[in-house]
Amino acid sequence: MSEMKFTKDHEWIRLDGDVATVGITDHAQTALGDVVFVELPEVGRIVTAGEACAVVESVKAASDIYAPISGKVVEVNHALSDNPGLVNTSPLADGWFFRLEPSDAAELEALMDETAYAAYLETL
Amino acid sequence: MTEVLLATPLEPLHRRLGARLVPFAGYAMPVQYPAGILAEHTQCRTKAALFDVSHMGQARVEGPAAAEALERATPADLVSLALGRQRYALLTTDAGGILDDAMIARLAEDRFFLVLNAARKEVDLARLRALLPSSVTLTPLEDRALIALQGPVAEAVLARAGAEEAVALPFLGVAETRVAGFPVLVSRSGYTGEDGFEISVAAEDAIALVEALLADPDVAPAGLGARDSLRLEAGLCLYGNDIDETTSPVEAGLVWTIGKRRRVDWDFPGAERIRRELDEGPARRRVGILPEGRQPARAGTEVLAADGTPIGTLTSGTFGPSVGGPIAMGYVASPFAGDATPVELSLRGRLVPARIHPLPFVPHRYKRSSRTS
Repeated sequence: MSEMKFTKDHEWIRLDGDVATVGITDHAQTALGDVVFVELPEVGRIVTAGEACAVVESVKAASDIYAPISGKVVEVNHALSDNPGLVNTSPLADGWFFRLEPSDAAELEALMDETAYAAYLETL
Repeated sequence: MTEVLLATPLEPLHRRLGARLVPFAGYAMPVQYPAGILAEHTQCRTKAALFDVSHMGQARVEGPAAAEALERATPADLVSLALGRQRYALLTTDAGGILDDAMIARLAEDRFFLVLNAARKEVDLARLRALLPSSVTLTPLEDRALIALQGPVAEAVLARAGAEEAVALPFLGVAETRVAGFPVLVSRSGYTGEDGFEISVAAEDAIALVEALLADPDVAPAGLGARDSLRLEAGLCLYGNDIDETTSPVEAGLVWTIGKRRRVDWDFPGAERIRRELDEGPARRRVGILPEGRQPARAGTEVLAADGTPIGTLTSGTFGPSVGGPIAMGYVASPFAGDATPVELSLRGRLVPARIHPLPFVPHRYKRSSRTS
């Protein structure tokens, strides 16, 4: 299992073998507040890095979730449909959004590691 | 450039309680505390929640024939308002739009107390100054806080705080009394659909009073986020969203705020439009809308008829925690305003089925007077 990487939009991504799992960070779920709805991409959809491909809604507002890297959506977390609060209670594990087959795993290198993301949060 | 925000007298307490403060109507206001909007909403529906609403305008109007004078600004019947009672009233524009919605209480024959929306208080005060005769004085009460204690155990909480007189009030009753030993002006009213109280207190006593109430284990603080989901479930209008200067009391379904005598004399601002719409029926009406599925539909969402024709717009929309799903309010063309009419909502490029739903979404639980006379 590789290390977790982070985007400036507060998504995390972690490559396990050939498949990368995407979710939002603890900072993101705290800022959103109680999540009440998640719209997930269709399995099979081809996404490019930075493309809006999911929606997360709290009581107050809707926010886009962006693909951290390019690839093909191979799985989505159906548990979020019935229990969107998993995004709040377990953002880095059970609250994952979707899984991607990267078109170029090297794109991960451009993302922040945990230390860099923590430093980035300090600047906000 | 940073906007300079006003602070309510309770702001230091909000910070201590870990509130997330956001700009609202020029004030730094708590949108939520660490418990979160869902928990704060449920707290209000099951126990008691305490809200800081000190950003709202408070004003006193007094002088000979103050009731008649105030009626120059509103179609509400204030002449017949009993002492110690409060009424929901619209301030109307000359064109028949809604300048603001307000709570107006009669404290004495010729002395009234007004609660105005934060974003509208300056507009309201200017309007009242222009309309009131010089013998009637209008005094903004800027050195007072306003807190709302709402929920099914709010009454028990005030009883434990030694506020017997407040506890004895019926719905929309008002009294100058004491709560937890502090002199207050309390009314049995609110913006959540629950039984509850709004308490006006001197700014210097506000933190001590709120700390005394929060010491009760059945009370927790709640922010503007929960206030919004609670009022929308209760079908109550938010000024600036659901009503404004372009909407009339008839379109908004608020004709019940117009006194019977006023509908004989037609002597209030905007009477011409309001009378015409009552006679002919308004072109559009405010309705509740229940979207299918779980995705919240927000203000600004277009409403379509089943055949795809645009028929209106949502003015409020959120997730209703007590409903357990999305709820909305908006205006639709009158032929589509009947209960259970199927409509569609344009949500992020997709059409989501919805239907017109009677308001409120969650039944009101006000403390109605039980007197039989």
